[in-house]
Amino acid sequence: MLNVQNLHAWYGKSHILQGVDFHVGEGEIVSLLGRNGVGRSTTCKAIIGEIEPQGMIDFQGENMVGRKPYEIAQAGIGYVPENRDIFPGLTTRQNLLLGLKPGQKDDGSSRWSLEDMFDMFSNLRERADVDASVLSGGEKQMLTMCRTLMGDPKIIMIDEPTEGLAPKIVHQVGELLEQIASRGVSILLVEQKLAIAMKVSSRVYVMGHGQIVFEGTPQELEENPEIRREWLEV
Amino acid sequence: MSLFIVNILDGLVTGLLLFMLCSGLTLIFSMMGVLNFAHASFYMLGAYFGYQISTYVGFWPGLILAPIIVGFIGAAVERYGLRRVHKFGHVPELIFTFGLALLIEEVVQYFWGKSQMAFEAPGVLKFAAFSIAGNAFPAYKVFMIFIAMGVFLVLLYILTKTRIGMIIQAALSYPETVQNLGHNVPMIFMGVFGVGTAMAAIAGVIAGPVLGTFPGMAVLLGSIVFVTIVIGGLGSLWGALVASLLIGWLQTFAAAYNLRMADLLVAIGLTEPVDVAQSMLSDLWTLTLPQVGPILPYLLMIIVLVIRPNGLLGKRET
Repeated sequence: MLNVQNLHAWYGKSHILQGVDFHVGEGEIVSLLGRNGVGRSTTCKAIIGEIEPQGMIDFQGENMVGRKPYEIAQAGIGYVPENRDIFPGLTTRQNLLLGLKPGQKDDGSSRWSLEDMFDMFSNLRERADVDASVLSGGEKQMLTMCRTLMGDPKIIMIDEPTEGLAPKIVHQVGELLEQIASRGVSILLVEQKLAIAMKVSSRVYVMGHGQIVFEGTPQELEENPEIRREWLEV
Repeated sequence: MSLFIVNILDGLVTGLLLFMLCSGLTLIFSMMGVLNFAHASFYMLGAYFGYQISTYVGFWPGLILAPIIVGFIGAAVERYGLRRVHKFGHVPELIFTFGLALLIEEVVQYFWGKSQMAFEAPGVLKFAAFSIAGNAFPAYKVFMIFIAMGVFLVLLYILTKTRIGMIIQAALSYPETVQNLGHNVPMIFMGVFGVGTAMAAIAGVIAGPVLGTFPGMAVLLGSIVFVTIVIGGLGSLWGALVASLLIGWLQTFAAAYNLRMADLLVAIGLTEPVDVAQSMLSDLWTLTLPQVGPILPYLLMIIVLVIRPNGLLGKRET
C-alpha cells in the first residue's frame, strides 16, 4: 500500500533522511522506532509533503513525491502530528468536522462518523461544544487522531501518540489503534516507547542516523538485545 | 452635549473606515506571518478606480467594480508575487510589499498625476441626514457607517458561521496541519488576500470623496493602520474593531476639544508665568489638545504595548 524507497530529505543544509526504505501493507500496523532526532518525524513530514523529499513514495501505485500536502492527504494519507495542533477558538465538534475533506460529508459514506468518535470517547461528546484548547492532554490526543480519521484516510501516520500521557490513557490509545486497524486502515506508528509498539504492531522498523537499521517482527526485535541496546535504549 | 454626539458619530465614521483596512490586514498577517506594507496602497487603488469608473458610469457601479478589480489584483499579487518570495523568508516578503507600495504610488502618479481628483459623493446622498443643535450630519457619512457595518457583519458571519470561515480560523493558528487534513490552504491564502484587499478598496471608494483622492492618501493612512492592528492585537478581528473605534474617537475628540495644557498645569497646582512667551517652558504652556491629536494613537500604542504586549485582544506573540 505504502512503499517508501531511498527517501532523502534535508532541513536547510543538514541531510536528515539518508535513504530510508520501508513499506506498510494493507490493514497493517507498522511501527517506526528510534531515539529522538534520528528522523522518524521527518519521515512522516516528507511523506505528507510538508518538507520536500527526494526518492520514491509509492502510495497505491502513484508516486507522491513533489505533490502538495493537501493533494497527498486527499489521496488518502492521514497524518497526526506530534504536537497535536488543536485549533484554538474552535469547539471540539468544529475541530472534528475540519477533518472532513473538501466535498466529503458526515453522512455515513465513510468508515468513520462524528457519532463513532463520540461513542468511542465519551469525553469528547461531553465537551463537544467547548473551546477545544481547554481539553486535557489525553483528550487532545484523542481529538487529533479522531480529526484525521474523519477524513477517512486509507493509511494513518501517528507521531508519538502516547507522549506525556498517563498509563490509563496510553491503554486507550492502544485500543483506538486496534480499532483503526480493524476497519481496514493501515497504521504507521512512530514511537519511542517500546511497550505499546511491540503490543500492537505486526512489524517494526528501527531507525538510526536517518536510515532503517532493523526490520522485523516485534518477536524478532525482542530476541535481538544488541539492536535494542545500540539504537533504542537510552 | 450635542457637539459630543456629533463627535461620537464622526469618530464612528473614521473608526469604521479604519476597521475596513485593519480587518483585512490583520487576517493576512495572521495567516502569512508577514505585515503587508502595501495594504493601504490597495485602499488608494480602490479610490482611484472608483473615481475613474464614476467618471464613465457614476459612483454606484464604481463602488461594486473597483473592489472586485482590486481584489483580483491582490489575489494575483499573492499568487505570483508573495508566494514565490515566501520561501526566502520574512525579510524578503517585507521588502517585496514595501516595494509594491512604492510601485503602486508611482503608477498612480503616472496615470492620474499628483493633484487631487474631483471624486465626489453621489448626488442622491448630498443632503443633511439630520442635524443636532445646528450641526448638520451629512447623509453620506450615514451611508459610510452602514457600508462599514455591513462589511463587518458579512465578514463576521463568514468567519464564524461557515465552513470556509472555520478553515480560515484554523489556518490562522496551524496552516500546515490544516493543509495536511486535505484543505487547499494556498488557495485559501490567496482568497483571504484577495478579499482583504477588496475590503481595503471598498474603504477607498467610500473614503475617496470625503478624505480626498490623491497619491499621498495611502501613506497618510498606512502608518495609522499598523498602529491600530498592533493596539488591537495582531490577528484579532474583534481587536481590530475595538482599536479602530478607539483611534477614530481619539482623533476626532482630540481635534474637536481645544483643551489647553496651561489649564491642566494650573489644575495640578502650577502657576502660569506672567509672560508665557518669554518663559523657558513656553512651548509646553501653549500646547493644545488639537496639536497633540495626531500623535495620540502612537502614544496609545506604546502604552498598550507596555501593559499588554500582545495588544488588547491579541493572543499570539507579536
